[in-house]
Amino acid sequence: MHRTKMIKRRNRLRQSKGDRVFDAITLVLLLLFAAIVAYPLIYVVSASLSSTDAVISGSVWLLPVEPNLEAYKAVFTNASILSGYKNAFIYTAGSTILTLIMTVLCGFSLSRKDFYGRSIFSTLILFTMFFSGGLIPTYLLIKDLGMLDTIWPMILPNAVWPWFIILARTYMANSIPEEMYESANLDGCSVFGMLWYITLPLSGAILAVVALYCAVGNWNSYFDAFIYLSKPNMQPLQVVLRNILILNSMDIGQVADLRNMATRQGMTNLLKYAIIVVSSAPLLILYPFVQKYFVKGVMIGSIKG
Amino acid sequence: MTGLGNRAINPGLEWRAAVWRKVKRSLPYYALILIPLIILLVFKYYPMYGVTLAFKDYKVSQKIAGSPWTEPLFRHFTRFLTAPSAVRVITNTFTISLYSLLASFPIPILLAIGLNELRSNRLKKTVQLITYMPYFISTVVLVSMIIQFTDLSYGFVNQVIKAFGGQPVNFMGNKDYFRHIYVWTSVWQTTGYSAVVYLAALSGVDQELYDAAVVDGASKVKRILHIDLPSIAPTIIILFILNTGSILSVGFEKIYLMQNNTNLSVSEVISTYVYRMGLVNQNYSYSTAVGLFNAVVNCTMLLLCNAIARRVSDVGLW
Repeated sequence: MHRTKMIKRRNRLRQSKGDRVFDAITLVLLLLFAAIVAYPLIYVVSASLSSTDAVISGSVWLLPVEPNLEAYKAVFTNASILSGYKNAFIYTAGSTILTLIMTVLCGFSLSRKDFYGRSIFSTLILFTMFFSGGLIPTYLLIKDLGMLDTIWPMILPNAVWPWFIILARTYMANSIPEEMYESANLDGCSVFGMLWYITLPLSGAILAVVALYCAVGNWNSYFDAFIYLSKPNMQPLQVVLRNILILNSMDIGQVADLRNMATRQGMTNLLKYAIIVVSSAPLLILYPFVQKYFVKGVMIGSIKG
Repeated sequence: MTGLGNRAINPGLEWRAAVWRKVKRSLPYYALILIPLIILLVFKYYPMYGVTLAFKDYKVSQKIAGSPWTEPLFRHFTRFLTAPSAVRVITNTFTISLYSLLASFPIPILLAIGLNELRSNRLKKTVQLITYMPYFISTVVLVSMIIQFTDLSYGFVNQVIKAFGGQPVNFMGNKDYFRHIYVWTSVWQTTGYSAVVYLAALSGVDQELYDAAVVDGASKVKRILHIDLPSIAPTIIILFILNTGSILSVGFEKIYLMQNNTNLSVSEVISTYVYRMGLVNQNYSYSTAVGLFNAVVNCTMLLLCNAIARRVSDVGLW
């Protein structure tokens, strides 16, 4: 009965002409916007795969011209890029693991109603979102602790990240039924046991969200490394990239035989495109598979900012 | 009767015992939160004490605690606020931030509403996937892409201009273009990401509202104006408060990378100024004072915007 009514209604209410025009305009605008967003990315990939001459003469506009992998060979044999990759991986992994542990500890504790004094701790954590000591006091602290040019400023200072803790607390408080804790309590389960046997196994989704945000943020940022690490062999990928791509300190002498200025310039350009691709590829390839976790993070975050 | 009398005589004792019981039962939580708390106190709260540097003359040998207070106490602040460079730095920060807000705030809302109107789910997913992608590109890569694309001889933007018979433009070497490049490349990078939160809000709209509107003969534009927009209004207001609260802060990373000698007069903002004064010129106390000034202004702005939003629409952060 209900269904037939629905079908009837759908037939009766054909789209008006105005609505169809509106749909068409929306579609065109969306496709145009997607094209504008995608084009620079496609161009970079195509340019990196083209020949030096094609890039200089400007004949690349969508697809690679005279495709070859010269630039990539040069990038993958560049010692500073490889060491940057290694360092970025270590810092990102270390920071993500530590942040996850801290987020679980704080998120779980703050989600429990029988935690006496949790509002004080919650305020202590949240306050750091709105006010901080600033650049110089933090720098002087790291310096006085003897942490300059060590891995510690890369993973420790931001391990307790309020936004992640709010996410985890909200998720744990809303999606794990209180009855589970109550029955565990009756069975003589300790608080640590609850965290280990109930909360952790049920929080996989939110921990994935936190891990992803944390990992992407770490992989892409350069500020902390730029401030705290001065030894070249300690620097993560983004700092190495800044030196090569923006400060133009690249020794390409050994890369190819360079007949003249123009070829040299062209090769530098080509290499830059290849470096951009190589450094961004891990995240961009991973991203379609993890997109749903990012969307989830935003959704949970929007329940209670 | 005696029991009641006891309670009346010793209310403090009983209260203390109750608190003690609660504390004792919460001991495992204190154990769990101990390490995070230490990290927080050392790396976040100790630097807040370090803010006193703004009222002192830093002496390396005497650390923060031993350094003498300034005479008068607000000397670094008055020095900053009366310097001609301060006016420039504050104006730059405010201009760039306001321009960013005006340009990058409405577009994600439009994108979300447009995506919500698409009937093909696959197309919707694809457009979302593509527009979200630049969010994963690092600031260093984004800025180097800008530099590559606008290169005077080999950049593809100038190659296009030349192909149409125009003169190549030195975009990065001309300070007039700086703000536009900064703002619109940010729009390129973050629109897809920012749209997600509005899409989430739109997906929560009751389908029956649309059905009822259709029955009443409302056009699509009317449905957007009278159903979609009011439904996501709270989200819009909250994000607007957050953004307005940070009107006097422009992140360091991107702007620092885009700075060069030709555009410094429009591109120097508070965050880069703090870095330059503090870590480059080793002017620790002065730099801390500028940073503190900025933090206080931001905090005040956030509270103010929140209060206004509360009064106007009952939606607030807290």
